[in-house]
Amino acid sequence: MPAKTHVTTTINGEQVDFLCEPRQSLLECLRDVIGFTGTKEGCNDGNCGACTVNMDGRIVTACLVLGVEAEGANIETIEGVADGSNLHPLQLAFLENAALQCGICTPGFIVSSKALLEQNPNPTEHEIRFWLANNLCRCTGYDKIIRAVQDAAKRMQEA
Amino acid sequence: MTTADYERNMILSSVDYKVLGTRPVRHDGADKVTGRAIYGADFDASGLLHGKILRSPHAHAKILSIDTSKAEAIEGVKAVATSADFPKTDDKSIEMGEDTTKLKWLRDNIMASDKVLYAGHAIAGVAATNPHIAEEALSLIDVKYEVLDPVMTTQQAMADGSPILHESLTTQELGEDSGTVSNIADHFQHSKGDVKKGFEEADVIVEREYNTTMVHQGYIEPHNGTALWSPDGRLHVWCSTQGSFVVRDSLADLLDIPVSHIRVTPTEIGGGFGGKIPIYVEPVAAILSKKTGTPVKVVMSRKDTFEGSGPTPGSNIKIKLGAKSDGTITAAHAWMAMEAGGYPGSPVGAAAQCVFAAYDIENGLIDGYDVVVNKPKTAPYRAPGAPNAAFGMEQAVNELAAKLGMDPIELRLKNVAEEGTRRVDGPTFRRIGAREVLEAMRDHPHYQAAKKEGHGRGVSIGFWFNIGFDSACNIAVNKDGSINLTEGSTDIGGSRTSIAMHAAEVLGIPVEDVRPSVVDTDTIGFTAVTGGSRTTFATGWAAYEAAQDVKRQSIERAASIWDVDTDSLDMEDGVISSKTDSELKMTFQELASQMSDTGGTITGKAAVNPKGVGGSFAGNIVDVSIDEETGKASIERFTCVQDVGKAIHPSYVEGQMQGGSVQGIGWALNEEYFMNDQGNMANSSLLDYRMPTSLDLPMIDTVIVEVANPGHPFGVRGVGEANIVPPTPAIANAVSDATGNIMTQLPLTPGAVLDSGK
Repeated sequence: MPAKTHVTTTINGEQVDFLCEPRQSLLECLRDVIGFTGTKEGCNDGNCGACTVNMDGRIVTACLVLGVEAEGANIETIEGVADGSNLHPLQLAFLENAALQCGICTPGFIVSSKALLEQNPNPTEHEIRFWLANNLCRCTGYDKIIRAVQDAAKRMQEA
Repeated sequence: MTTADYERNMILSSVDYKVLGTRPVRHDGADKVTGRAIYGADFDASGLLHGKILRSPHAHAKILSIDTSKAEAIEGVKAVATSADFPKTDDKSIEMGEDTTKLKWLRDNIMASDKVLYAGHAIAGVAATNPHIAEEALSLIDVKYEVLDPVMTTQQAMADGSPILHESLTTQELGEDSGTVSNIADHFQHSKGDVKKGFEEADVIVEREYNTTMVHQGYIEPHNGTALWSPDGRLHVWCSTQGSFVVRDSLADLLDIPVSHIRVTPTEIGGGFGGKIPIYVEPVAAILSKKTGTPVKVVMSRKDTFEGSGPTPGSNIKIKLGAKSDGTITAAHAWMAMEAGGYPGSPVGAAAQCVFAAYDIENGLIDGYDVVVNKPKTAPYRAPGAPNAAFGMEQAVNELAAKLGMDPIELRLKNVAEEGTRRVDGPTFRRIGAREVLEAMRDHPHYQAAKKEGHGRGVSIGFWFNIGFDSACNIAVNKDGSINLTEGSTDIGGSRTSIAMHAAEVLGIPVEDVRPSVVDTDTIGFTAVTGGSRTTFATGWAAYEAAQDVKRQSIERAASIWDVDTDSLDMEDGVISSKTDSELKMTFQELASQMSDTGGTITGKAAVNPKGVGGSFAGNIVDVSIDEETGKASIERFTCVQDVGKAIHPSYVEGQMQGGSVQGIGWALNEEYFMNDQGNMANSSLLDYRMPTSLDLPMIDTVIVEVANPGHPFGVRGVGEANIVPPTPAIANAVSDATGNIMTQLPLTPGAVLDSGK
């Protein structure tokens, strides 16, 4: 078995230490080593977006990042989106606009959309569609997801 | 293009209810937007081992030998399984959710014994302390093959002299065993009237051949299963499945143990669309667990999911239609051959039930061929077979309209099937909504609007018959007047809530006071798959009956408290009251608070197998633009109209319509199993198997038509499937309208569109 590396990182604001093999992806470390299973695996080659997390202010697919690259990084996963027991406006908007069916892609969409709204608080429909084009959803046809992001943008601007 | 350009969703409804027709937030919602919901691959157990499966690189080969000794020698490898580990019980027919198959075929599909029949066919499984070690071990398993020529299309498979997949397979010819060994598992026929005479009476005839390619359901969550075979002989399986009882019963057959020894706990499921009805990895995990005495989890990769699960078939379809000059269809013939994959069982039978369903056809003939080819064994995919059939039929109808100089919707309305119409395949329709769907399309602002310069417009209609089958539901009343509702239908898109709404409506309580749970096979009565658009229809009906049971007992309890006759009481809007004494009044909550002192908790139960299934029609209006340089077709505007009987939760109904539409758009424009001449899939990643992204699409407008199904207490039909049927021909008709060329082959890739005029 390959030697393991000690990694110190920050996940959802808390320092986390873990051991990982050089070949293990951040996705595998999050899910199987640390136990953050909210981040999902759909393809393991960067094409479905189900494992989208925010790493140092950029959204990345965790399956294409190595676990050892998390050293010193600041990572936000779906588990860190809500403020304690208060859902984020995006989470509320996804629920009230019926923007999920099976829900497996939802963590990735919410993490990705949150990054969009932080950079662009009032995106057009086209800007939302462009930004989310790396997140695949097979259930909804995207219509209600786009509307939910628009709704969340409105809620956040009014707040 | 922006949202504001569109008419908002329209609902054409006729009956008002208190809870039905509202849009509450789903009960499992918070878990799913916070990452807390546990899907199959998220499941963990102490001492968990990870399983991986070796798959065939060859599409067609004899297995000469399998040597697993080197793999077993690696540190960290705990067990290896092959087909030799399955009990060799006698062959028999078994139920598989929506289909029947033979036990040997199911067993061989899960792990090949004598032959591999497609590239990706499972051969051996390894359990190891981590998935990387399991993968390393797979590479050390030595399999000797005798490679055979692959058979990749129905045309090749049906040709004289074709390589034969199964030496024991003889053709069922019109219900009789012909004794002829061939790749044609079955040829069946449905007929009505006199087709020859019908074509002789026609003023106009269209006749054309269409081909479609194999496509995948494309659920984002790969297949998975964890098994723990306990020393007491009991097997517990946790998996993402559309039918926990199908998993249980299939495992019992495959492993030759009683169903009472197997408990299947359905986890949350990341999409299925029919593809998660059959089982693949669960029996392998079970055998590996038996060998190791520890829990084993097997999760497919995306490549495994494409190559080793069950897509929907490619097909070869010929449609011939004859009509009078006034548009009356006088005769119709559909000839359909569908790829079953490596083992018999394509959805051609279902296609035959749908191909002419929208039309009242006096003289009709349907020939169906179930054909084995060296591709993955097909599985259900959302209205299986119907989109293939519609791709041919609905283009032929448009071609007929063009020849007759009629509007395509008017031609459809002239021949539309209605209550009392006998289908060519036999059944006579009860009340259906085909006419209402077509009229809503005709009157829709989209159809009324002039199409933009250079755009093409297409229409079509599609049908899915829907199914009933078994469902069970239990309700326990809590002392605060809320209820716990348990049921066995995996929730893939909000069905917990639509089912809970049935109970809330009956009891007159808010849906938030219902706590619905999907439970395991030890905890609820047999419930058939989440499939066939049956879940809200049938499990909703079970919830309706269980709530009626609670309601009845609540009235009885109140009668005993008040010492009055049960018949003198009524319960409406959550209040029990006397018909004769206005003083006697009690809310359901007040009654619930007294249950313990007045006879104990009230529990209701029901098990149903409803026969009042109502089929659903869906229609599309589609505008496309074509990039003249590249041939790329883009969807500019898309409207889906569907008769759903009654929309229990309109947002979730719209979601089904939009999702089915977009799967149809992907099928029409991009998606295909791209096979090389050796039978290997060349695009088994989500980069190369190109499903629609948000950027490829406009908003998907929906019109919910509600022609109540007389066979359901609330008029429900089922909504999940009919919506995937019309998109492929509607888009083909739109591309034809834009280019002037008829599109006979899916997908309508840029190259295919550019070449269509040549």
